[in-house]
Amino acid sequence: MIVTMARRLLIQLLRGIAVVAGVVTLTFVLLRLAPGDPAERLLGPAATAEQVAAQRAELGLDEPLPAQYAAWVARVARGDWGTSIATGRPVRELIGAAWPATVRLVGLSLLLSYLIGIVIGAIQAARGGTALDTALSVTTVTLFAMPGYWLGLVLVMVFAYGLRALPAFGAAGLDADFLSPGARFVDSLRHLALPLATLTLIGIGGTARFVRASMLELRRAPFITVAESKGIDGRRILFQHVLRNALIPVVTLLGLSLPALFSGAVFVEAIFAWPGVGRVLVEGVQARDYPVVMAATSISAILVVAGNLLAELGAARVDPRLRSSEAG
Amino acid sequence: MRALLRDGRARFGLAVLLGMTLLAICAPLVSTIGPTEQRDVVVTRFLAPFTTDVHGVLHPLGTDRLGRDVWARLVHGARISLGVGALAILISTALGIGIGAIAGVWRGGIRAALLGLTDFALALPRVVLLLLLAALWRPSALLVVIVLGLTGWMSVARLVYAESRSLMARPFVDGALALGAAKGRVLTRHIVPNAVTPALVAAALGFGNAIMLEAGLSFLGIGVQPPAASWGSMIASGRDTLVNAPWVALAPGVALVLVVVAATLVGDAVQDWRGA
Repeated sequence: MIVTMARRLLIQLLRGIAVVAGVVTLTFVLLRLAPGDPAERLLGPAATAEQVAAQRAELGLDEPLPAQYAAWVARVARGDWGTSIATGRPVRELIGAAWPATVRLVGLSLLLSYLIGIVIGAIQAARGGTALDTALSVTTVTLFAMPGYWLGLVLVMVFAYGLRALPAFGAAGLDADFLSPGARFVDSLRHLALPLATLTLIGIGGTARFVRASMLELRRAPFITVAESKGIDGRRILFQHVLRNALIPVVTLLGLSLPALFSGAVFVEAIFAWPGVGRVLVEGVQARDYPVVMAATSISAILVVAGNLLAELGAARVDPRLRSSEAG
Repeated sequence: MRALLRDGRARFGLAVLLGMTLLAICAPLVSTIGPTEQRDVVVTRFLAPFTTDVHGVLHPLGTDRLGRDVWARLVHGARISLGVGALAILISTALGIGIGAIAGVWRGGIRAALLGLTDFALALPRVVLLLLLAALWRPSALLVVIVLGLTGWMSVARLVYAESRSLMARPFVDGALALGAAKGRVLTRHIVPNAVTPALVAAALGFGNAIMLEAGLSFLGIGVQPPAASWGSMIASGRDTLVNAPWVALAPGVALVLVVVAATLVGDAVQDWRGA
């Protein structure tokens, strides 16, 4: 049994590597097909054709595509992500500086939205059909339907412009460097509040709806009827039988929501000028900064594959049926 | 269908979708002024909702910074938003049902290839792809439909695949196979009709999602191009005037949320109706 599980994980891993390679190759080709040239953008409109050609040669852009691709792969294999064309800084440094901001935002919102979402969904399922259930349903479906960039704008309108309670953009105030450690921490929390609330509120809507639906469906399952007819306490049935089984698809959903959250973060980072990977990516695409876009895309593809792998592992952990050999 | 209409959620959702579609179709009839019409910008810009301008034109939702009527832009924008969403979801649902069901019925190489394709498509960073494609071709409504259709089928495929897998393990499918039914027949007669509910539900959700993404692309300036009205570009243009004219960004956002809620409720009702 353990052998088959290990084998399936190995297959998943190989498939994941193939996916990453495919994504990276596709991005490479699409980037080069797109009009606009980093050398031209770097030198500006006043540059002569000779200057552009010289710059292209310096950047290695005059080589044939397969040679450029091979060179990129060889460099990355050695751990060198290249130098940003637009800023002249090493890509590793650029991404390294942006990475913590995105992880803080996405990680916290993932945690909060799943915790709160599961609790709300479970309450709704336990009180199915009551006024409370209806009220929560209306709330979650509305949250679920809100585009992140619009909810972000509304929150800015209310909390930043209306109440003047929270900052509207950035990850730290202009005076952050001069504050005491405690005050700096409070300042960073205040800046985190609105983007985090935006991503989390939307996430709660989706999770709560999902948990409620799968719990209500499970309550009609034959094994629940059996448990009820054995006289097991209703609360125990709800938590030990229904909720536990309802969490299986939630684990899968968690793995699948990683890339969506990453995309969502691109919009939210744009609204709140959050200095994360999403913003580096959008700026990279606009500047045709090939090394930066390639690195950001590779990382997001790796993230997706890792999310899928974790979802598979997690689902096998909570659902023994998936560990059996025939399931594959 | 009658049973479905007894569900309050379905009634509300269908009424909103129908009403919005009617408004979109009759856009020139229900608005007193064109969506891109500007008169004297200085005196007609930033008018609050329900004011009448110096030309005697009533603006039910006010005007934006160029003096254009927000209500007229809203109903004309509905044509683009609803049309793009519907076409995109048609493409992605058809693709998703086909790929998911085939992967569920056939084992081995075909399944591995289709699942690999699904994983691959899921792993594509959608936003990067959209940014790149918008840079490659001139942004247009058609491009948005195709890109959203081609990048939105995976969730349908995954759901249909999971449903097909569990259906394949049911006795009635074993029975059909034991009686000598070909896999193609099992696919069309047993799997697809039974797996269509999750696909419908996913399609209803996907419709809302597609509308949101269309608006998102227009918001980033790579969707429908100005001066044509689209809900996303309206939100984007209202972003700079949040303080002195909040209605410019609020109106299209509320319309967007309303339509997505309606689509979601219809999806919920269909799910319960089929499950009951």
